[in-house]
Amino acid sequence: MKTIAFILQKEFIQILRHRTMLAMIIVMPFVQLLILVNAATFDMKNIDIYVVDRDLSSTSRQLVNKFEASPFYNVIAHSFNLNDGKDKILKDEADLILQIPHHFEHDLKNENEADIQLLINAINGNAAGLINAYSSRIISDYNRNIAVQWSSQPQMAGKQTVEIIYSFWYNPEMNYKIYMVPGILVILVTIISLFLTAMNIVREKEMGTIEQINVTPIKKYQFIIGKLLPFLIIALFELAFGLFLGRLIFHVPIVGNLPLLFGFAVIYLLVILGFGLFLSVISESQQQVMFVTFFFMLVFILMSGIFTPTESMPDWANKVNIINPIAYFMRVIRMILLKGSGFSDILTEFYSLLVYAFISLGLAVWRYRKTT
Amino acid sequence: MKRFRGFVKKEFIHIFRDVRTLLILFGMPVAQILIFGYVVTNEIKEARIAIYDKSNDQITREITDKLVSSDYFIFAKNIQDHSEIENTFEKGDIKEIIVFEQNFAEKLTNEKSASVQILLDATDANMANLLQSYTSGIIQDYSRDIRISNQEMPQMEIKPRMLFNNELKGVYMFVPGTMALILMLVTAMMTSISITREKEMGTMEVLLVSPLKSIQVIAGKVFPYVFLAFLNGVTIIALGYFVFDMPVNGSLILLLTETLLYIIMALSLGIFISTISTSQQMAMFISMFALLLPTMLLSGFIFPVENMPWPLQWLSTIIPAKYYIILIKNIMIKGTGLLYIWKETLVLLAMTGIFIGLSIKNFKIRLE
Repeated sequence: MKTIAFILQKEFIQILRHRTMLAMIIVMPFVQLLILVNAATFDMKNIDIYVVDRDLSSTSRQLVNKFEASPFYNVIAHSFNLNDGKDKILKDEADLILQIPHHFEHDLKNENEADIQLLINAINGNAAGLINAYSSRIISDYNRNIAVQWSSQPQMAGKQTVEIIYSFWYNPEMNYKIYMVPGILVILVTIISLFLTAMNIVREKEMGTIEQINVTPIKKYQFIIGKLLPFLIIALFELAFGLFLGRLIFHVPIVGNLPLLFGFAVIYLLVILGFGLFLSVISESQQQVMFVTFFFMLVFILMSGIFTPTESMPDWANKVNIINPIAYFMRVIRMILLKGSGFSDILTEFYSLLVYAFISLGLAVWRYRKTT
Repeated sequence: MKRFRGFVKKEFIHIFRDVRTLLILFGMPVAQILIFGYVVTNEIKEARIAIYDKSNDQITREITDKLVSSDYFIFAKNIQDHSEIENTFEKGDIKEIIVFEQNFAEKLTNEKSASVQILLDATDANMANLLQSYTSGIIQDYSRDIRISNQEMPQMEIKPRMLFNNELKGVYMFVPGTMALILMLVTAMMTSISITREKEMGTMEVLLVSPLKSIQVIAGKVFPYVFLAFLNGVTIIALGYFVFDMPVNGSLILLLTETLLYIIMALSLGIFISTISTSQQMAMFISMFALLLPTMLLSGFIFPVENMPWPLQWLSTIIPAKYYIILIKNIMIKGTGLLYIWKETLVLLAMTGIFIGLSIKNFKIRLE
């Protein structure tokens, strides 16, 4: 026990000695949290629209007015020149061209039908889909108004309608940020703990100080515990502080049980730390371990469901996610914080990670040799 | 020159000796492209929904059938009681519950109106939005079908045309994004670390007292990485082209030149990082935090920059990847030439100049 205490003391001295490193470990993640949560948004605002109205009738003008009045749109030009509009799209100065043909009002009145063309810059398929949906909604709304205005009796009377009511649970304001804060927090905590442990033993190897430790009477498990605990403590501290900031600044709800969350976080961090140590033990240089770690991080993060739901992923990807620790924590932190899920709801994840923790720590201890 | 060649050779030997790093170096872009191509998608396919049918008549069953027979939804379970709803959401795998009111069909015929409730787990606001619009769409279609007469009314026919990307494929976003991210990280991280490594091990002094000029030492150190990164870039373009049908509409030579410029920019950034960090760990943390997430999130790779609050839009102007992504989208997809992208090219050139200038200013030949 005393031996462990000394190793802990040594590790903490080493970490605290580097002021710049310390600042980076503490400050960077939070600056990132504050900035990136704001960046991660799919909301559409400021859609730049180029209007080509060839009809210039009162009907077409009113339609253009509707776009001008909408907070989502920003009319950048009116003209008859479609090619100029296309050029603006090429230059990324416009997202969308609204083209209303000649005789628009005339056709609509006499033939009950008229065309409207939307030309959308679709390089970002997601955004284009949304722009199309927003614009179509404005046009259809306007269309309905016109229909009611033009006919004396209301058209809809006497028809059966299914009324649709919807309610968004847990997040009625549809705030994307409260979904992203836990996600980004998971990533920051993971980066810190994984990289710090992964680089730790390799660094001692590279500097040659590992030999000095190897000749001391320290037991393997004491050494490993001494290497793990400081990073576990740092990571938990970051999680707590990050949650505090998220609560304070982004008003992330904390519906569930905090001790449950931290208990789960400890298991998760054991997996990550064990994994980091294992990589550290089998690598020869800091550069190497960094790249290997980086590779796993990137794959795990992208597949964890932080930006896109795991439900939309193909089956094989969900199978790969069985060995992806980040995916478990990503799901559980959101369940506990936002929905208040209890221990019984996360049993599967809990036991899976527990098994995982034993495996990864076991591997690390097994591969660590005191003799070289 | 001969000395310099010898030095470059030494660096190559150093790099090739570490097979694991090399494997990762070339495995990474492939893995990332495949993941983005097949895994990371916002489309909704086979979302699991639960039905709480208080009426259970012919019409509610028909609506349920309509929903379930679409590609978007699969039926997960029937709910019998109101108390089950909350529990279902807390378990987490069902994101939507449809509730039909009592005597649905009767109300629809007698009172001309009946209501159906869509309950959504909106913790993921985005997905909830999509699910809601798909469900409403399907129910509205059904509702329109059962209307007895379809009276004439003026109809504006909306004809959307998706420019450049008719099928709204995601590949147009993730190939440029992946290139920007991988090239930046590989080059900046590799160079900054390999230079700090020499510093940390004390071998930097050996190099500096050698007859090589310090500029040659640095150039020799980074040259192999230019080569590797360029190979990486070509791999990504080829993968995008052959596997995901990413076009190269503009000039391939221009594309490769711009890629080379971006790599050199990333290199000078890497050199700059190495001059300000004292250990490999520090170099890594700077490259990791200052580059990874900002490059992913502020470059317009995943989230469009125009929708961000203005301080972030302002911040994104100093993210090099942003310009590179604009450049290659222009060249590959829109097929435009230098005329449309000279501004971005200049920005990258200027950034390179600034980083090199800063590095020269910070570079120390002597021991502290």
